[in-house]
Amino acid sequence: MSETTEQPTTAPVTGTGRVKRGMAEMLKGGVIMDVVTPEQAKIAEDAGAVAVMALERVPADIRAQGGVSRMSDPDMIEGIIDAVSIPVMAKARIGHFVEAQILQALGVDYVDESEVLTPADYANHIDKWAFTVPFVCGATNLGEALRRITEGAAMIRSKGEAGTGDVSNATTHMRRIRSEIRRLTSMAEDELYVAAKELQAPYELVKEVAESGKLPVVLFTAGGIATPADAAMMMQLGAEGVFVGSGIFKAGNPAQRAAAIVKATTFHDDPEMLAKVSRGLGEAMVGINVDDIPVPHRLAERGW
Amino acid sequence: MVIGVLALQGDVREHLRALAECDALARPVRRPEELESVDALVIPGGESTTMSKLAVEFGLLEPVRKRIAGGMPAYGSCAGMIMLATNVLDGRPDQRGFDGIEMTVRRNAFGRQVDSFESPVEITGVEGGPFHAVFIRAPWVESVGAEVEVLGRVAGGDAAGRIVAVRQGNLLATSFHPELTGDLRLHRYFVDLARAAS
Repeated sequence: MSETTEQPTTAPVTGTGRVKRGMAEMLKGGVIMDVVTPEQAKIAEDAGAVAVMALERVPADIRAQGGVSRMSDPDMIEGIIDAVSIPVMAKARIGHFVEAQILQALGVDYVDESEVLTPADYANHIDKWAFTVPFVCGATNLGEALRRITEGAAMIRSKGEAGTGDVSNATTHMRRIRSEIRRLTSMAEDELYVAAKELQAPYELVKEVAESGKLPVVLFTAGGIATPADAAMMMQLGAEGVFVGSGIFKAGNPAQRAAAIVKATTFHDDPEMLAKVSRGLGEAMVGINVDDIPVPHRLAERGW
Repeated sequence: MVIGVLALQGDVREHLRALAECDALARPVRRPEELESVDALVIPGGESTTMSKLAVEFGLLEPVRKRIAGGMPAYGSCAGMIMLATNVLDGRPDQRGFDGIEMTVRRNAFGRQVDSFESPVEITGVEGGPFHAVFIRAPWVESVGAEVEVLGRVAGGDAAGRIVAVRQGNLLATSFHPELTGDLRLHRYFVDLARAAS
């Protein structure tokens, strides 16, 4: 995190980079669960979720039903905010800054500018610096992550392929982001200029990543996580926490599965514990192979 | 002397780093046997309901509670403050804590994330000017017991005067996150306290 020297004043200052990025730091090692009703939000909180993502349809249903997918109904988001005491996130369409303004006015704790919804702007993402509420954005590679951070994202999640229950894209994206970071750390300083050009990201940010060996914001994983083992694998691959979408409430026993994924995320490096928490969870979501989805219907390709 | 950081969830790494920068030996604690090998414990920021649940599930709640009752130094920031309190308002009904500091803490007292803020806080016993404090969906202390020393209060704004830093014997708690700012004075204060106790 970059250090800024500020003149001390006694007046509290809100919406700073530090409180936005810091909020994501507090979610680390935790699981954020997609919920579509206050009842589901309570199940998620009971299971130990660190936050919930309020949305109208989980990605698997968005995929099945098609059509344009938008920000959720404010009544529904408020119902979820009232139902739980943990942070509530909600999704805005890529580039739809007015949806984001509405979500901020509703008091959501984090806005996900998400490829799961239908993009509202195919050229620009939201200028996230203009908001008090922090944003999380998806990325499939380091350049994309750094562009989102440049626009003001305070948290990044690898995209994966939402609504599939197929973890392979989450793996690909997390491995790619991490290996591109490792590559930067091994570069000579004068090579970073070209690296910045190739990553299509600002040089200062590229240099910061090269020096620290990590993104300047928290990196979670998302898209296709359906089992405790999936969550633990993503953590071992370097994710700092996990978003689970359709994987919980499209499964046989959501409450039990949700609790098991929370435990697996904490003890991601302990196979005996993972074996224990993976037992007796009932049926996982049926899922769909990413390869069987026609390219135009792949959500991870949205955003750039 | 070894200082543990409760590593069930939250900003564990930031506390480990801050302690290391204070030349303290620090390591994460997730299991009861790991607790046995530490002399003091930091409870990080994070989501207190998640931490509480995992502490119960993984058999850490009672052991930590016993160690704290037995005099083990502990420091909690934000969610850690909630975990150390004897009484929590606006928590979950099944939320459990370590019952360390005799105080009533209100969870998310300052509001939602859009109300999270930075503000200077003077800390009694910490030299060098006010602490640049970062409050994230933070709790405040509504009331304290006779044994509790109030170390800091919010200086300005609507919440001016609210208690945000306290100490009771070997136990220290802050509503804010010194681990996020690079200012090591509170971690040094705790390391000194822990060294003196061991």
